[in-house]
Amino acid sequence: MLSAIEIKRVCKDFGSMRALVDVDLEISPGEFFALLGPNGAGKTTLINIIAGLSLADSGSVNVMGHNVITQYQQARRNLGVVPQELVYDPFFSVREVLLIQSGYYGIKHNNLWVDEIIERLDLTDKANANMRSLSGGMKRRVLVAQALVHKPPVIILDEPTAGVDVELRQTLWDFIKQLNQDGHTIVLTTHYLEEAETLCNRVAMLKEGRIIALDSTQNLIEKLVSGNSVKIRLLPDNLPLVLQPLKKSCTNGLYELRIDNYAHLEFILSALRSENIHIQEMHLQQPDLEDAFVSLIRNSGNKLQ
Amino acid sequence: MTGFLTLLHKELLRFWKVGFQTIIAPMVSTLLYLLVFFHVLETRIEVYPEVAYTIFLIPGLVMMSVIQNAFANSSSSMIQSKISGNIVFVLLSPLTYRAIFFAYILASIVRGLLVGLGVYLVTLIFFDIPLLLPLWAILFVILGSAILGALGLIAGILADKFDQLAAFQNFIILPLTFLSGVFYTIHSLPAGWQYLSHLNPFFYMIDGFRYGFFGVSDISPHISLLIVSMCLIAISALTINLLRSGYKLRQ
Repeated sequence: MLSAIEIKRVCKDFGSMRALVDVDLEISPGEFFALLGPNGAGKTTLINIIAGLSLADSGSVNVMGHNVITQYQQARRNLGVVPQELVYDPFFSVREVLLIQSGYYGIKHNNLWVDEIIERLDLTDKANANMRSLSGGMKRRVLVAQALVHKPPVIILDEPTAGVDVELRQTLWDFIKQLNQDGHTIVLTTHYLEEAETLCNRVAMLKEGRIIALDSTQNLIEKLVSGNSVKIRLLPDNLPLVLQPLKKSCTNGLYELRIDNYAHLEFILSALRSENIHIQEMHLQQPDLEDAFVSLIRNSGNKLQ
Repeated sequence: MTGFLTLLHKELLRFWKVGFQTIIAPMVSTLLYLLVFFHVLETRIEVYPEVAYTIFLIPGLVMMSVIQNAFANSSSSMIQSKISGNIVFVLLSPLTYRAIFFAYILASIVRGLLVGLGVYLVTLIFFDIPLLLPLWAILFVILGSAILGALGLIAGILADKFDQLAAFQNFIILPLTFLSGVFYTIHSLPAGWQYLSHLNPFFYMIDGFRYGFFGVSDISPHISLLIVSMCLIAISALTINLLRSGYKLRQ
C-alpha cells in the first residue's frame, strides 16, 4: 500500500552537529502518529525535511508517493504543515491570509471551505481582524487553518499545543481527532505525552537524531514498563521485611511497591496488618507513555555512553 | 498561474497597504532633491545644448527613485518575511521558483513605476519636460526596475539582519546610483571617471532612460539596451538559481 510518508536513510548535519542519522520511517494513510523526543532530538528537522523547508544531506522522503525534492509540487499539495513558531503576516486579516494561502496552492474561490474552517476553529469573530491583533492561541488556530486550506491528506503539526491554554488545547485536539476520523493522516510532535498516549496509534521516539523506538503506543508502554505499582505512606514508617523485595523506590516516606496484579495488593495489605502498620496514604500507579519515554531515554543514554 | 498571481497580488497589497511610506514618502524626498538642485545649480551647470539643467535632472531623478524603490520593495519584503518567519507560507506551498521570482520582481517593477510616475507627474506641473521617444523611456524604466527588483531579492535572501541589508543598500546601490550620471552627464567627468562610469550598469539604465526624453544620450541607446538586457538576464538567472538552491531559505 502507498505510504502517506516514506522516509529512507535520511541524514542531516548542521556543521559538526549530527541532526539526523540514517532515519527510516514509514507512516501509513490514516495513521495518527506521534514523534516524541527531548528538545534537540531532531523532530523539527525531520518535519522540515518532509515539508521541504530544509534539505536532507542524503536519503529520500516521499509524501503520498511523491518525492519532496523532484516532485515537490505534488508532494506539497498533499501536505499541510502547522509550524511550531507562531508566525504570521502582519499585513493581513485572518480571512485574507487564508484566501492568499489557498491561492498559493492554485485554488481560486475557496470562500466556502475557508468559511468552514474559520467556523470549525472558532475564528468567526476574528475573521476580519488583522493578524497582529490576535492572541497567541488565536494565531495558533490560524496556523492550523492555513495548513488545511488545500484539504491535504497528510497533516503535520509541530508541537501544536505549545503555549496554548487548556481549553483551546482540548478544542484543538477534538478538531484534529475529527480530521483523523475523516481520513487525514496526522503526524504530530508534542511534549504533552499524555496526549500522544490518548490520541496516537503509533509512536516514534527520537534521540540525538536517531529513532530509538518505533511501535504502537500500547506495545511501547507494555514493553518498557513492566507492571503497575502502588505508592503507600505508612504509620509507623517501617516497611515489613517481606515487602522489601517489592520496593521500587522511597521518596519522602512514600514507598513505591511493584504489583504484578491486583491480587498482589491483598498480600501487601495482609503483611502490613500482621505487623500492625497502618496505611496513611495510597496511590495506584499505572504505566504511561511518560514512564516509557523517561525509561527509554535513560536506557538509550546509558547505551550510547 | 493562480499561485503566481496570488503571490503577486499579496506583494502588491503589502506595499499598497502602507502606501504613504512606500510611495508618497519616496516621492517627496525625490522632489526635495529636485528643489535643492534647481535652486543651487540651475544656472551653473551646462549639460546638453538647449536642455536646462533642471530638465536634464528630472529623468535622472525619476530613474533614481525607480531604482531605489524597486530595490527596497523586494529586499524589504523578503527580509521581513524571513525575520518574522512568515516566508514559510510561501516555502511550504507548491509555488515554483520561477513563480516566486516573477511575483517579487513584478511587484518591484510596479512600485518603482508608481513612485517614478508620481515624481514625473508632479514635476510636469512646474516644468515643461519633453518626452520625445516614450517607448525607449518605458523600456529602460521596466528593465531597470526589474534588475533592481532582482538585486533586492538577492540582498533580501542573503542578508540575515536588517543592518546587513542596509549595508548592501548604502555601500552598493546608493554609490552606484549616485555615480551613474543622475546628476551630471559623464562627458563632464575626467577621462578616468568616465571609464569607471562605463563599468557601472546603472549608468546605462539612466542614460537610456534619458534618451527617451531628449533623444540625446552619452552613448548609443542600443548599446545601453544590450548591456541592460544582458545584466537583467544574468541577474535573473542568478536569482532563480539562488531560489532553487534554497540557500538561506531552506537551510
